Amino acid sequence: MKNSDNVEKNRLLLYIGMVDFAVVELNEFLDTHPQCQEALEYFNYYNQLKNNALEEYAKLYGPLTIRDACNCGNEWKWVTQPWPWEGVC
Amino acid sequence: MWSYDKRLQYPVKITHTNPKIAQIIITQFGGPDGELAASMRYLSQRYSMCDRRVAGLLTDIGTEELAHMEMICAIVYQLTKNLCMEELVASGFDKYYVDHTLALWPLAASGSPWTATYFQSKGDPITDLHEDMAAEQKARTTYDNILRLVKDPEVCDPIRFLRQREIVHYQRFGEGLRLIQDDLNSKNFYAINPEFDQNKSDCECKE
Repeated sequence: MKNSDNVEKNRLLLYIGMVDFAVVELNEFLDTHPQCQEALEYFNYYNQLKNNALEEYAKLYGPLTIRDACNCGNEWKWVTQPWPWEGVC
Repeated sequence: MWSYDKRLQYPVKITHTNPKIAQIIITQFGGPDGELAASMRYLSQRYSMCDRRVAGLLTDIGTEELAHMEMICAIVYQLTKNLCMEELVASGFDKYYVDHTLALWPLAASGSPWTATYFQSKGDPITDLHEDMAAEQKARTTYDNILRLVKDPEVCDPIRFLRQREIVHYQRFGEGLRLIQDDLNSKNFYAINPEFDQNKSDCECKE
């Protein structure tokens, strides 16, 4: 993989981490505030951004979830791409 | 049911190995206030939690703790990757190495193996939520201690993220405790265990 590709891949992964952080925060907040309309709207918004980004990442580099594992080429990239603890992208 | 996301909740990229600090940080994997104990505590307590909102909180925070356990394991793994024998012996990591090589195994920094006696699942929502709030504070203190002992910015950065999560979870459990207390029958405030000796039809904290 070219270096510029790696930079782009890292950028997208970082973006997924950011929008997912909002999703996790809102998920836990909504557990104790299930009627909060503002939080519900935020949750829907960030969850959509997250799902779109996960789909885009899967198409370009391989799946981060099994849900996104179809249409990722002619091999099972789930295991041919690095695992997250390896410290490489 | 669970599903796995193939990424860390917050990035861990450590360039310099350091088996000395790995032996300290591993305590947040298998120590008394570590992430494994946290996850097992919440995921065990949730079944008998009579308020659905708080059962949801225990499920979702218990799940997030698994992601934190993975971050801690990634830190320890990267701090001990490709160690040479001299480094390994000089740091005192040889005592862990003899039993586990460079694999991850849950134990405290003191060397005690992980045990379910690190947490309680009591079946009383007030008892359990107080335990949970205390657990978040104990974990936060442990992260503060780690930040005093560790100077590598590549290690401190994810540790600071984990410390912040303890504070947020403490807040959420505090709200959970308030929800339970708001729904209690005030006449029985001190006397009853709402998860055990109240039947469904008159349980105030059911929806």
